[in-house]
Amino acid sequence: MSISVLLTILLIALIPAFIIGLLKARRIAEDNPRAMHSRAGYYGGYLALWTVLPALIFTLLWAVLSPTAINMMVRAELPATVLEHRQGEVSLIMGTIDAVARGLPYLTPAERSQIASDPAAVRDILGKAGVILASEPEPYVIAAADHLNAVRATSRWLMTGIAALLALAGFVYAFSRISAQFRARNSVESVIRAGLIAASTVAILTTLGIIMSVLGESVNFFKAVNPLEFLFGTVWDPRFAGAGEAAEHGQFGLVPLLWGTLFISAIALATAVPLGLFSAVYMSEYAHPRVRAAFKPLLEILAGIPTIVYGFFALITIGPFLRDTGALFGLQISATSALGAGLVMGIMIVPFVSSLSDDIISAVPQALREGSFALGATKSETIRQVVLPAALPGIVGAVLLAGSRAIGETMIVVLAAGIAANLTFNPLESVTTITVKIVSQLTGDLEFNTPQTLVAFALGLTLFTITLGMNIYALHIVRKYREQYE
Amino acid sequence: MTIASTSFNPPASATRADVAAALARRRKFAEWRFKAYGMVAIAISLGALAILFTTIVRNGYPAFVQSSIKLDVFFDPAEIDPSGTQKPEDIRNANYPKLAQAALYKLIGLESSDRKVRRDANQMLSQSVDIQLRDMVMKNPALIGTTQPVWVLARDEIDALLKGSISRDTPEDRRKVNDRQIGWADKLVADGRMVKRFNTGLFVNGASSDAETAGLGVALIGSFFMMATVLLLAVPLGVAAAIYLQELAPKNRFTDLIEVNINNLAAVPSIVFGLLGLAVFINFAGLPRSASLVGGLVLTLMTLPTIIIATRAAVAAVPPSIREAALGVGASRVQTIFHHVLPLAMPGILTGTIIGLAKALGETAPLLMIGMVAFVIDYPTSPLDSATALPVQVYMWATEAERGFIERTAAATLVLLGFMVVMNAVAIVLRQRFMRKW
Repeated sequence: MSISVLLTILLIALIPAFIIGLLKARRIAEDNPRAMHSRAGYYGGYLALWTVLPALIFTLLWAVLSPTAINMMVRAELPATVLEHRQGEVSLIMGTIDAVARGLPYLTPAERSQIASDPAAVRDILGKAGVILASEPEPYVIAAADHLNAVRATSRWLMTGIAALLALAGFVYAFSRISAQFRARNSVESVIRAGLIAASTVAILTTLGIIMSVLGESVNFFKAVNPLEFLFGTVWDPRFAGAGEAAEHGQFGLVPLLWGTLFISAIALATAVPLGLFSAVYMSEYAHPRVRAAFKPLLEILAGIPTIVYGFFALITIGPFLRDTGALFGLQISATSALGAGLVMGIMIVPFVSSLSDDIISAVPQALREGSFALGATKSETIRQVVLPAALPGIVGAVLLAGSRAIGETMIVVLAAGIAANLTFNPLESVTTITVKIVSQLTGDLEFNTPQTLVAFALGLTLFTITLGMNIYALHIVRKYREQYE
Repeated sequence: MTIASTSFNPPASATRADVAAALARRRKFAEWRFKAYGMVAIAISLGALAILFTTIVRNGYPAFVQSSIKLDVFFDPAEIDPSGTQKPEDIRNANYPKLAQAALYKLIGLESSDRKVRRDANQMLSQSVDIQLRDMVMKNPALIGTTQPVWVLARDEIDALLKGSISRDTPEDRRKVNDRQIGWADKLVADGRMVKRFNTGLFVNGASSDAETAGLGVALIGSFFMMATVLLLAVPLGVAAAIYLQELAPKNRFTDLIEVNINNLAAVPSIVFGLLGLAVFINFAGLPRSASLVGGLVLTLMTLPTIIIATRAAVAAVPPSIREAALGVGASRVQTIFHHVLPLAMPGILTGTIIGLAKALGETAPLLMIGMVAFVIDYPTSPLDSATALPVQVYMWATEAERGFIERTAAATLVLLGFMVVMNAVAIVLRQRFMRKW
């Protein structure tokens, strides 16, 4: 039985198991449900869990682990000469064997015997069965494919058999335990609780996964490229393999990318901080509640627009607009200038600054404002000299969060910033960012073991480290600030 | 401090009252100015929003209609079925563009056999006529030998001319449509043979290198598969995790660690999730590139923090008295949560879920990492088939150089924004209708 069928059957088995447990509990209880420790449904649940869960866990484990084991078994049978090939070629051969193995069951007996007698016809016959091979397979491939099919069939039989046994054993065990004194609710609830805990560890696993994958591939990259050259190199020129240059690979200097990233983010923050902060002050201190209720969601729409839309907007509107305006004044502005990308990104992060600042300003105790009014200060004087200084740490936190958003932003810069890695202080020229380079190194059909693609993971690691640092610091500030006024 | 410094050098002749009045005026002006800053800031932000929407609507709405030409195509047996036996191979390999071109020559009254003139005429038709006519005949061989009215697409340059995005005032040698073609196009329009019809192709076609036949079909299906994956995985996982953290978890190092993790994951750049997906799901687990399942998994991990945070807020808003009452009549903690707390928190959870889904629908960067930038012509039938997604389609069209694609890009953006608006509106309505004030 294939895995998906087995899983479906197991899931369906939940229902009869539940019903049987329920009926047995009702029969024990007769007309007096209070004689039972738990309600009848819990006995049904208990029986269903014991029937399905062990078999389910076993099947999933088998599904994950068996391909590796099967692969090793087939590999062990290959001729020694084949295994002397390089790692990449061996896995290619394994791929061919797998493809042939998938095609073999579709052949008629006549075709099978033809394959055995005439190796030259193999490709044609398999081609008719829907398996397209790049080259004529060697004889051992057919043998290995047969072996693979045999092992797979055994594996499936074993899996089905053991799963059925487990289900049966679980069912018998749980069925025998159902009695009036048995605490079914407690057992079922402990399983539920375990499930909830497992769900909450996914967050940790994700973080671990990010760190391991990005770090692991970066280590591979740093085997080929000196980390110091990466961190402090000022030239970004990753020649793609096959350029036929004397140097085996290009130069991977992080500095121009980091500069471009920070430059564009700085322009974005210079746009977003004044806009966001003044909007927040107006919303929380001046605006009529009704105006506030109308305008706040409107501002938040800005945060809900997908970034690709901003990127497209920058590409077709802001870029050409800046270029034409510059031309009026005799300025050469690139259509993909740092300024254009930064401005659009600034618009995007306005709501981050404004809604966070709004919360923080609202959290400043009213007593501080009233004290200031009592001394004769006007509203704006109170805001500038009392409220904002009191809210400053929180606002810094908000700005940091917005900054980390800007640094990690991808689609706006992919469409609206340049691809040339320039080290320039001129916002009218185009610069490029870390995220742009991650995208350009990893899109297209590439091999995953050259420095040219692995560098994307090193860039990702840099990006992750920077934003993580900013986030932790910002969250720390915001939390500390909140506690101060609570 | 400001008050002191501005009031300290009054002119020698001024009286105390004058000084006070001047100072009051200045402070009043400062007050007014400060307030104006706030209004200007809001006006700029909302102005940017308005410009963004108008730009995209202005660029995108023409793509919802498409110029089509009504041809009377004669399905010439000599061309399609020379042997008279309706062999499938003959039908498949027949020269269909020639049939359409013949019909077009008749409409525009073209008799010249000059190859240059003929080529100009041929270039008014979309390349899709070949497949369109072939499919018609393959489906119904009885058409052979008959004359049928068929709506075929015009080439995207002709479409652009009709929509006015190619100006007739540009000199001929710098225009993509020459004077001869303009004349024919005008004749076709005057005869009612060429009209702009609703562009269903935009919603059903797959990838194409010709702007007039490129559509969002594959992207819509891919996005649908991804949203389904997110809904099936992220919602149960997120709600379960949130319940545990908010209701059951003891306060210890482990739960603190989970909490720090969730808060940080919510702020990790989305492209890093793409790198994770590439390394774990594709390179390690061996799932196919470009598959919408992988995209869905990556988006699940990305939306999980959003859903957890929203669910926790919703669960925390249920007053403790509900829990105490349930516990008081003998319910267990788990029963209390599932029978009482969760149903009451449901509107908040749904709102958070929809907002999380909307965010996932618009996300592009991580999908680029896992190879969703693919040229997929056929509909994916399972989540394991190659597919694209709506925002990725926007990205791919945005990087195309041809004029017709700008229109398509804006139209795709409009479709994407339409989904966003609907989802967010549903979330707002849910919040307004079902949210309880305790």
